Amino acid sequence: MTASVESLVNQQYKYGFVTDIEADTIPRGLNEDVIRLISAKKGEPPFMLEWRLRAYRRWLTMEEPHHWANIQYPAIDYQDIIYYSAPKSAKPVASLEEVDPKLLQTYEKLGISLSEQKRLSGVAVDAIFDSVSVATTFKETLAKQGIVFCSFSEAVREHPDLVEKYLGSVVPYNDNFFAALNSAVFSDGSFVYVPKGVRCPMELSTYFRINTANAGQFERTLIVADEGAYVSYLEGCTAPRRDNNQLHAAVVELVAMAGAQIKYSTVQNWYAGDEEGKGGIYNFVTKRGKCAGAGAKISWTQVETGSAITWKYPSVILQGDDTVGEFYSVAVVNGRQQADTGTKMIHLGRRSRSTIVSKGISAGQGNNSYRGQVKVLPRAEGARNYTQCDSMLIGNRCGAHTFPYIDVQNSSSSVEHEASTSKIGEDQIFYCKQRGLNTENAISMIVNGFCKEVFQNLPMEFAVEAQKLLGISLEGSVG
Amino acid sequence: MLEIRNLHARAGETEILKGIDLTVRAGEVHAVMGPNGSGKSTLAQVLAGHPAFEVTEGSVLYDGRDLLDMDPEERAQAGLFLAFQYPVEIPGVTNAYFLRAALNEIRKARGQEEVDPIEFLELVDQKLKLVEWGPEVMSRQVNAGFSGGEKKRNEILQMAILEPRLAILDETDSGLDIDALRIVAEGVNRLRRPDNATIVVTHYQRLLNYIVPDFVHVLYDGQIVKSGGKELALELEAKGYEWLTGEAAPA
Repeated sequence: MTASVESLVNQQYKYGFVTDIEADTIPRGLNEDVIRLISAKKGEPPFMLEWRLRAYRRWLTMEEPHHWANIQYPAIDYQDIIYYSAPKSAKPVASLEEVDPKLLQTYEKLGISLSEQKRLSGVAVDAIFDSVSVATTFKETLAKQGIVFCSFSEAVREHPDLVEKYLGSVVPYNDNFFAALNSAVFSDGSFVYVPKGVRCPMELSTYFRINTANAGQFERTLIVADEGAYVSYLEGCTAPRRDNNQLHAAVVELVAMAGAQIKYSTVQNWYAGDEEGKGGIYNFVTKRGKCAGAGAKISWTQVETGSAITWKYPSVILQGDDTVGEFYSVAVVNGRQQADTGTKMIHLGRRSRSTIVSKGISAGQGNNSYRGQVKVLPRAEGARNYTQCDSMLIGNRCGAHTFPYIDVQNSSSSVEHEASTSKIGEDQIFYCKQRGLNTENAISMIVNGFCKEVFQNLPMEFAVEAQKLLGISLEGSVG
Repeated sequence: MLEIRNLHARAGETEILKGIDLTVRAGEVHAVMGPNGSGKSTLAQVLAGHPAFEVTEGSVLYDGRDLLDMDPEERAQAGLFLAFQYPVEIPGVTNAYFLRAALNEIRKARGQEEVDPIEFLELVDQKLKLVEWGPEVMSRQVNAGFSGGEKKRNEILQMAILEPRLAILDETDSGLDIDALRIVAEGVNRLRRPDNATIVVTHYQRLLNYIVPDFVHVLYDGQIVKSGGKELALELEAKGYEWLTGEAAPA
């Protein structure tokens, strides 16, 4: 492969700066006292602390999922991680004017303006810095329609009934090792509730930023769309460039009641480590949605370009009849990055339908695995799944793997799986160059064409970010 | 326009071109013929700058510039076009997007304004007629799912849109049925102008019934062993290559 191809896919990580801000950081290590401390700092009601402790005790009995995922990393010392770190100034604030200017600057630098006047209309943001939410925009506008959009901590204080009802209803605290750890120590996150029949008028967005060294980020997002409601939610992530690995173990739960629709889009760009694989984020995330009522629909769209290791499987439980689950994914690995990602579609409802489109791009010495499960239970008459799983290789030191698991227990259902692997060849690049395009534009075009079906599902604001991330330009509207 | 002097090139350790001399002037059509493995396609690829080949000796001047010193995209921007023997597929990218991007790169390099999508579609409209195609081909993905003949026709469409000064057609006739051959050849003929030139690389004389060359060159074992007028092609058709090469022609 030509040197220029390598250099293009090896673009510098632009978000690796550190904000120098005084933080309220607790000592490293984890025990029940640490959990009590986190809960106390957040002023949580007793049910929350009890839930955390149950999760912690369960976690102690669980084993890290080292054996089945196609990823390799040294053992994590869970006593060497800081479980809570908050900028000192991040007290609950009444308005954006009270937010520490250093924090506002940090987000400005990341291209995220928290000032509502400057925001593009149509996107409300919850900004999470290390362990806490520092600002949520457009809260009042949304509240007029009964929509709750706030930090998780605030939701626990202001809407404990909703939190108690739905927390853990899709991802129980004992679901898996990282979900249990998150349940025990999660510090903040976003909470969304859209009432019956309300169509959320703007995109909701959370921007995650890890700043403190050795801090783990354990946020929790819970989105509930009541009957007939609609919400589109965006998630973005970056972290400073550091030499050691940092753990990000988040949990996202989505609940869509009858006729509701949730669209969840992620552009993940955590620091991936340097070319030798030093540093970078371990992104071990559990994301799952439940189509609880008839006709509900949940769509996951993800563009995964960062992190040293990605381990995540945004899934949908298709419980109601005529429910729809979708998963569109672009996962890019480069340098020494490893990704083991995919989805689970669990069909319980009659005529439930799911679509999986996964595009894996491997460059450098990256290793990319698609792991997907389609499960059709006996009750799910007439269920349908379509899976398309494509891998693209750039250079000859990278890897692409596909691990589909299909379990069908109903004879009236249909499951399709298509897979392909291609290599960006000298010939493809040469062909483009012979037509006058330089190497950079040629690769852009080829990679972009490859990812087209996924990008089409991103909201406009994010499509632009995804394009920047891959260093590619999106296809024009012609044709 | 093009002056090739003592051109030697190799792929890996194998020397393929062993001293080619060829001069092409504006307005001319040259046919390069020869048996399989003689180096015809290599010559086409080397002129376009394919990275698989290394030039070890010789020079190529293109409009007075050192062609061998130019990147493949610079050559394209300077008006050199290669119609590929095996056109490459680019899934997910439409013909319209691909060609507008290419055209704009070429226009930019020449200090011309880029064309917007509307202007582009108007321009394409005329060019489509040349290859007897409807506009729907512009929304198909570049060569993906095209038959062999369609791919070759798509090369000619691209040539029509990019309006090269020097077009090199590499075995454009292979895999074409007689109707497609006629369409492709007529397209090429209608693109002939006094200020551009064409090099037709082919194994068979068949294409030259439609695209009539001014000069015919026979390539054998990396060298031009004979040059002549269009009648040389007919002679080759009648006698095969062995009278020039002293070997049995491949079937």
